[in-house]
Amino acid sequence: MAAIELRGLTKVYPGGVRALDALDLVIPDGEFFALLGPSGCGKTTLLRTIAGLETATGGAVVIGDRDVTGVQPGARDVAMVFQDYALFPHMDVTDNIAYPLRIKKVSKNDRRDKAAEVGARLGLEHLMDRRPGQLSGGQQQRVALARVMATQAQAFLFDEPLSNLDARLRLEARTFLKKLQRELGVTTVFVTHDQAEALAMADRMAVMESGHIRQIGTPAEVFQRPANTFVAGFIGSTPMNLLDGVVRGDTLEVAGCKVAVPAAAEGRLSDGGKIVYGVRPEYMTYSAEPADGALGGKVSIVENLGASHLVTLDVNDVNVQAVVPEGSEPAVGDDGYALPRRDRALVYLDGELV
Amino acid sequence: MAQATSPPETRPEDEAQAPRYSSDAAGLGKARAGAFAAPALLLIAVFLVFPALWVLYLGLTNYRLTGTAAAEPQFVGLDNLLDAVSNPTFWSSTWLTVQFVLGSAVIGQVGLGFAIAWLLRDRRGPLKRVVEGLVILAWILPSAIVSFLWVALLDRDGGTLNALLGLPGFAWLLDHPMLSIIVFNTWRGTAFSMMLYGAALGNVPPSHLESARLAGASGWQQLRDVVFPHIRGHILTNLLLISLWTFNDFSPFLLTAGGPDGKSEVLAVHVYKVALQSGELGYGAAVSTIILLINLVVAVFYLRLLRSKK
Amino acid sequence: MTRFVLGRIGFYTLIAVLLAFFTVPLLWLVTAPFTSDPTYEVRVPDFTWDNFAALLEHPYALPSLWNSVVLSAGTAVLVVIFAALAAYALSRVRLPGRDALLYALLLLSSIITGTAAMVPLFQLAVELNLIDSQFGLILILTGGLLPAAIFMLKDFMDSTPKSYEESARVFGASPLQIVRDVVVPLVRPGLATIAVWAVANVWGNFLMPYLLLSDVEKQPAAVITYTLYTEGGQANLSMLSTFGLLYSIPVVLMYLFVSKKYGFRFHGGIKR
Repeated sequence: MAAIELRGLTKVYPGGVRALDALDLVIPDGEFFALLGPSGCGKTTLLRTIAGLETATGGAVVIGDRDVTGVQPGARDVAMVFQDYALFPHMDVTDNIAYPLRIKKVSKNDRRDKAAEVGARLGLEHLMDRRPGQLSGGQQQRVALARVMATQAQAFLFDEPLSNLDARLRLEARTFLKKLQRELGVTTVFVTHDQAEALAMADRMAVMESGHIRQIGTPAEVFQRPANTFVAGFIGSTPMNLLDGVVRGDTLEVAGCKVAVPAAAEGRLSDGGKIVYGVRPEYMTYSAEPADGALGGKVSIVENLGASHLVTLDVNDVNVQAVVPEGSEPAVGDDGYALPRRDRALVYLDGELV
Repeated sequence: MAQATSPPETRPEDEAQAPRYSSDAAGLGKARAGAFAAPALLLIAVFLVFPALWVLYLGLTNYRLTGTAAAEPQFVGLDNLLDAVSNPTFWSSTWLTVQFVLGSAVIGQVGLGFAIAWLLRDRRGPLKRVVEGLVILAWILPSAIVSFLWVALLDRDGGTLNALLGLPGFAWLLDHPMLSIIVFNTWRGTAFSMMLYGAALGNVPPSHLESARLAGASGWQQLRDVVFPHIRGHILTNLLLISLWTFNDFSPFLLTAGGPDGKSEVLAVHVYKVALQSGELGYGAAVSTIILLINLVVAVFYLRLLRSKK
Repeated sequence: MTRFVLGRIGFYTLIAVLLAFFTVPLLWLVTAPFTSDPTYEVRVPDFTWDNFAALLEHPYALPSLWNSVVLSAGTAVLVVIFAALAAYALSRVRLPGRDALLYALLLLSSIITGTAAMVPLFQLAVELNLIDSQFGLILILTGGLLPAAIFMLKDFMDSTPKSYEESARVFGASPLQIVRDVVVPLVRPGLATIAVWAVANVWGNFLMPYLLLSDVEKQPAAVITYTLYTEGGQANLSMLSTFGLLYSIPVVLMYLFVSKKYGFRFHGGIKR
């Protein structure tokens, strides 16, 4: 087991595209770490550079206490699960799981024993002599995981491990993967474009945008206090309200309403300054009665989220969304008031959190 | 000396610039990749590129298979080419080749191939398999055999065709040599067009045909408005490839040997006759040069079309 | 309703005409070998094996079939090995000048034909002492087939995901292990296709062996077909038909095998 450290890691493709721009990152031993971002942000390039499949053009990759920047992928002692699993179609499950051991010249019997042991651990006992083509998506994923486990590598790298599964299976696999990582305790980095996946599984995560890391933190930190408007807009299954506003003395003027300055920003704003006011719909208290410091308007849309409703208010021609528990949802056209929780509301100055 | 013993200065910047190992999927690296490609490229260079260049050179000499000019060929410049273009046999061969390509490839194979593909487009089962199997059989049997089969079919006295048509003594190969080789080549080569159009028609989205049918389009209108626009690329590919192949086809020689009297002496046969039967290698090479040039024009035209599509 | 019936009648008439057009020339090949003293006429055979017995005694007939096997198999092996290596390198590694090279290969494969190059190939064979050498002919045939083979295989390899090789690479496999354990098994269908294609090409090739092999004992079936004459100078029809049938059967078997295994269909390759 080993920690992974990136120092000023840079990858410039021939042609000048900067896929990674001087990234610094430390992933402690045993951590389950997510690289999250929209497509093209460089997260997969970063993972592949850690694996050695892409060569860094600058900076260093350190695994454990070894600088592996110039080391061949096979000698880095990491193991990787590919997005399409890359199970060899011409080998059965046993041979697939045992392939890394075959490369390491482990004897045939020991290979089979190890493959059987790992396979059994992942519930693959009855599938060991099938070909990948005869397995379901979930089974294939488990074979890919078993193959990685058989290597006993210092660190695991997963490229979009859940994206090839059906929606329902994905939730099961999420729980399974998290449990497995916890049991194995192997440093694991995984790439995903799905913020819910990253929030649910990771111990910590990095949110990336066009070759830069925009925020590093635990899921709770990233969800509650996004460091900038990019992360704020990217994280959360219902998008955060990001409203233009102006500082007016010790209150804020947002969408024509007066709201209180959030607790964290108190005393740090200058009068008359333009800001962006951010609050998640989940952190709004909705009421049909006017309240001090609430955003008031007419209900324009009500969307059913299952156990709750997402209500969109038209506040002086600005859309403001609030999550309302079931049973108390308003009708379209009603007057409504959404009161932000002061300890959860955020203020962004020039795109950065205050 | 001090410099030699002291550790080399590390220059992280420079080191960082150059990849330290190959980054292709298998870690092959340029040197090994070059070694992988080398044997193939060597064979191609020796047995394909060199002969082609040699043709260009030979065409400029009076090289002969036998006699004094065989020992010491003389450089004659463009004389062979000029001889060729002033030689009526060359022009009649060229004209016969044009007839051969237009008749057997463009009209015969494309027309028949498309017709079969269209007729069988929605069919499954034994009928389709039998028809396709027979058409493909004609394509894959060795040319030495099929040409002899046609000699038997078209024979003046005992031939099956005359027996079927009730025309004993009609000499197809002597009286209509061009018609014979055109029909023969249509029969022989239709399979390629049939399969290509079969695949192309399979790629026409059924919803397009269905919406045309819902709009009340007739069979012909469906073809014109839905199918042709969709498979235009395939038609072009097909036309160019089979024109190229037919243009270079030597099998008419097996049927008529260019005769009678050069009446079916297409260019491929012409080259063989003047170069290897009459021994005028230089002149033959000049005609080959012309063939190469025509091939080049067709191929470049084709590749241009492909590029513009992408 | 009548339109429908007429359409049906028209359809089956057309199919019948097509079937006749493609079947009639073949009839002679399946009847004459089993007929005593065959003529050009297609007759109901009397199912004799005499023609086959006679063919066995012909000094060059059966050996020529063996020669055809040697030439096709030899060429197919060389084409598959060399084309696979080159196609893999070109597909996975950005060699300098790769795109120009591929373009040139594509051009070469379509413009340099046996017809255009027969004179220099003949001379080259004379100079390199490759006249009457089966190995020489194999090399020449291989050179002619390689560009198209490389192109088709590269297409095939381009469409094979790289993640298989990368995966093996992260596990520490060396390039040669990757080629052996992963790449070759993955592209096996492509290799088989190229092998069949090469065999079919060489099996039927008449011009090159005709030009380059003058020793009857080395000539393949395509050339021997033209030597089966009676002492009177007439085509020996019993020999020719019987020999033709034997010469054709392997191609037909190969076709049946391919169409069963892969479905005789076009994929990406040919549309390039």
